[in-house]
Amino acid sequence: MTQTAKPSVRHPRLKRNKLGLTQRDYEGSQSTLCAGCGHDSITAAITQAFFELDMPLHRVAKLSGIGCSSKTPTYFLSEAHGFNSVHGRMPSIATGANAANRDLSYIGVSGDGDSLSIGLGQFCHAIRRNVNMLYMLENNGVYGLTKGQFSASADVGSRAKRGEENRMSPIDPASLALTLGASFVARSFSGDKKQLVPIIKAALTHRGFALVDVISPCVTFNDHEGSTKSYAHTREHGHEVVETDFVPILHEIQAQQDHGSTTAVTMHDGSVVRFRSVDEGYDPTDRDAAYAHLKELQAKGEVATGLLFIEPTSMDLHAFENTVDQPLVDVPFEKLCPGSEVLAELQSRWR
Amino acid sequence: MQPTDTSNPDYYHKVVDCQWGCPAHTPVPEYIRLIGQGRFTESYMLNRESNVFPGVLGRTCDRPCEPVCRRVRVEDEPVAICRLKRVASDLRGDITDLLPKIPEEKNGKRIALIGAGPASLTVANDLLPLGYECVLFERMDRPGGLMRTNIPSFRLPGSVLDEEINVILDMGVEVHYSHPIDSLKKLLDEGGFDAVFVGTGAPKGKELRIPGRDEGGANIHIGIDWLESVHFEHTDSIGERVLIIGVGNTAMDCCRTSKRIGGQDVRVIARKGRPHFKASSWELDDAEEELIEIVENHSPTRFVIEDGRLVGMEFDLVEWAPDESGRLVSTTLGSTVIPCDDVILAIGQDNAFPWIERDIGIEFNEWDMPVVDRTTFQTTRDGVFIGGDAAWGPENIIWAVEHGHQAAISIHALCEEESLTDRPSYGMNLVSQKMGLHSWSYGSSYDESERSRMSHVDLVERFKALEVEVELGFDPEQAAVEVARCLNCDIQTEFTSNLCIECDACIDVCPVYCLTMTENEPEEELRLHLTAPAENTDQDLYVSQNLPQTARVMVKDEDLCVHCGLCAERCPTAAWDMQKFDLHIPYAGKPTWIETPETALTTSS
Repeated sequence: MTQTAKPSVRHPRLKRNKLGLTQRDYEGSQSTLCAGCGHDSITAAITQAFFELDMPLHRVAKLSGIGCSSKTPTYFLSEAHGFNSVHGRMPSIATGANAANRDLSYIGVSGDGDSLSIGLGQFCHAIRRNVNMLYMLENNGVYGLTKGQFSASADVGSRAKRGEENRMSPIDPASLALTLGASFVARSFSGDKKQLVPIIKAALTHRGFALVDVISPCVTFNDHEGSTKSYAHTREHGHEVVETDFVPILHEIQAQQDHGSTTAVTMHDGSVVRFRSVDEGYDPTDRDAAYAHLKELQAKGEVATGLLFIEPTSMDLHAFENTVDQPLVDVPFEKLCPGSEVLAELQSRWR
Repeated sequence: MQPTDTSNPDYYHKVVDCQWGCPAHTPVPEYIRLIGQGRFTESYMLNRESNVFPGVLGRTCDRPCEPVCRRVRVEDEPVAICRLKRVASDLRGDITDLLPKIPEEKNGKRIALIGAGPASLTVANDLLPLGYECVLFERMDRPGGLMRTNIPSFRLPGSVLDEEINVILDMGVEVHYSHPIDSLKKLLDEGGFDAVFVGTGAPKGKELRIPGRDEGGANIHIGIDWLESVHFEHTDSIGERVLIIGVGNTAMDCCRTSKRIGGQDVRVIARKGRPHFKASSWELDDAEEELIEIVENHSPTRFVIEDGRLVGMEFDLVEWAPDESGRLVSTTLGSTVIPCDDVILAIGQDNAFPWIERDIGIEFNEWDMPVVDRTTFQTTRDGVFIGGDAAWGPENIIWAVEHGHQAAISIHALCEEESLTDRPSYGMNLVSQKMGLHSWSYGSSYDESERSRMSHVDLVERFKALEVEVELGFDPEQAAVEVARCLNCDIQTEFTSNLCIECDACIDVCPVYCLTMTENEPEEELRLHLTAPAENTDQDLYVSQNLPQTARVMVKDEDLCVHCGLCAERCPTAAWDMQKFDLHIPYAGKPTWIETPETALTTSS
């Protein structure tokens, strides 16, 4: 925990985005997590991604549950909307919020405990409903707030700080999401912003549920030898299957240039996500192949990273439910609440 | 880029911009921290070690430290370093017991010092504690040189000057006042000195040879001679309308002095525009505060004489523009006459050596100036040294002090029969400032206060007497606020690459984006690819050894680091540490700091 506040002094020649804001304007309060926590790097990556997307701060809603990860929305975009929910219940809150106001940009931050143990059911149903949100799963394999017990994502054979070995098989959120029909599945590493930032930008632009599973080492309880989620282990065993580049709408012309082996996927708003497969023949638009490849690498003890799967034209919650086009707050009151007469008439139809 | 060698004292020294910029390398952040803690005596003594005259310099220094202050790059206004120095001098306690002890038994070496200005006095200050006998010859009847005669007492009270000079004279200098040296040959042949140091300054004001100079002579004065004459009370009045020709710091002293002895309409005339003025900006401000008009782009052509008396001065009105080679050339647009009663010429100073014979082994160059070695300060005759303004023309006091230190090192080496050209090296020490979890031994937070304004005596009061000091100085509370603005550049960010786990914590937390982990590249490339581009090439990039996990390097752009310590505070493995840099400055007779890997890395890490 840091007690010294980050000074207000700024680099005098900071870059400004289209809104005239600097990256510092996208920061939040000073983190109270352990020094060196992977979550803080993810926070910095989120800050950078929102800044680079020229996102107005008041058009963002940050949601989270309980845990180290769930504290982090306080540390970015302090001027955005926020909701800190009950343990594991963030997906419900996000679903509700999204149903009411479809125009905000939703970011849910959760951890491996919050998403894969107490909140696993919630997680699955948010995927199923294809709620339009970025779901950041800050995955460190341990319960950091309760002193480092194995979580549901701990790998078989991984050792705890005191030496005991995990024998139960892990829940891999990326494979799970693929099997549940998620429309956007990515995995990255907190120590690799070059990869993480474009993925976050693509995920925020994606219409539908975007899972970004980020290996985020717990520097206090899970960064030792024998851990499979330490900085060193992740660097050694991380395996980037595709390189991802996010091209905002404005730069489309540049995106049309020939990049040899790259494939481009156009998002619903016209921006482009470009891929270059590192593993020959890997196709991030083929769900079954992506799943098979993931499993194959997992068997070798490697961690597949990159934007693993994307389906840019999927139906989201609002499409399934055939909701109104605008946020409820913009629907005229008479229409939103047409009065007891209309209600009585409606009810009489089922009498 | 090659990994940075931080065991070379120059690297961290350069990070302390003020100390690096000061000719005498005074440890500014350390002494102003002491002021902030109310330890004025310690601060004064720390100053005195390197700059010898803290009280004088705290009022008159040309402040090479301030324009280079990191605070200028971060937010425009430097820390008021110079005026803080004055606080240490104003509020200090008794220093008698803290001064170097002078040995009873002398070492048998006699040194002649010619001219009792800051350079000679510094030589005496450095050599007396080593057992030397110093014999000082001064042409006037009191010591101080141009510090006394050319700096008006409303800027530097005589009492301050006397006190600091007396500290040195009381160490046992044999002083001969009113004793001009008119033959160096005679002194060398008959004096029996082991070395002679010439610190006679640049006492000859430049002339302006244009028509009317001789006819109007009674009312045309040479600036530094006129200031001297006012100081010795030979001159106690001047006409109502005064023109000062030239716009350097002497011109500022002349115009402000004129205002105090009868000048009403006082104007300073400059040949060029404001950006080219030689005077320090604060001296210009102080003059303008006293309602002195500064007239730009006027090139003098003649003195206007009527009935054998000066009545005005004629000027060409000029405009300046660069020619093809970039040199500024003037175009005359017209001419004008400004009526006046007196003119003071303040257009520069020369040094003159009519008293040095040309056949005693001292080589003179094409401008008839003695050839002086830039490192040893020795002339071409062994044992004769020149320093201060006498060496290469007018500089300022702090340079004269540094010349004195260097000459003393040379004189000591000469007397010990050691090499003069093997200069003793600078050394350093680094000590961790970590006091515990989240606790540093220095004030690491960034203080947003603006630069404190110096209070001045009001305009009516200050003109009542010549010796009313205009600046009131900071009180301890004001000083403490100003000290908090210091960015503690001497508290260095020391990085140990093999401890780094590349978690990015330091990079994410840095408020000014000065850190990057990246693949190593040549410097020009690296400067473009950092978290924030490193555009200021005057400031170094720190490049670490290859990092253990990815073989990338940690790069730090020193330009804007505010030394807040957050990188070290957020570092889980203490790969970053905040360590206080202490520069070991060599002085005559002070044992040289021997650089070994052990001493270079004496840190707690």
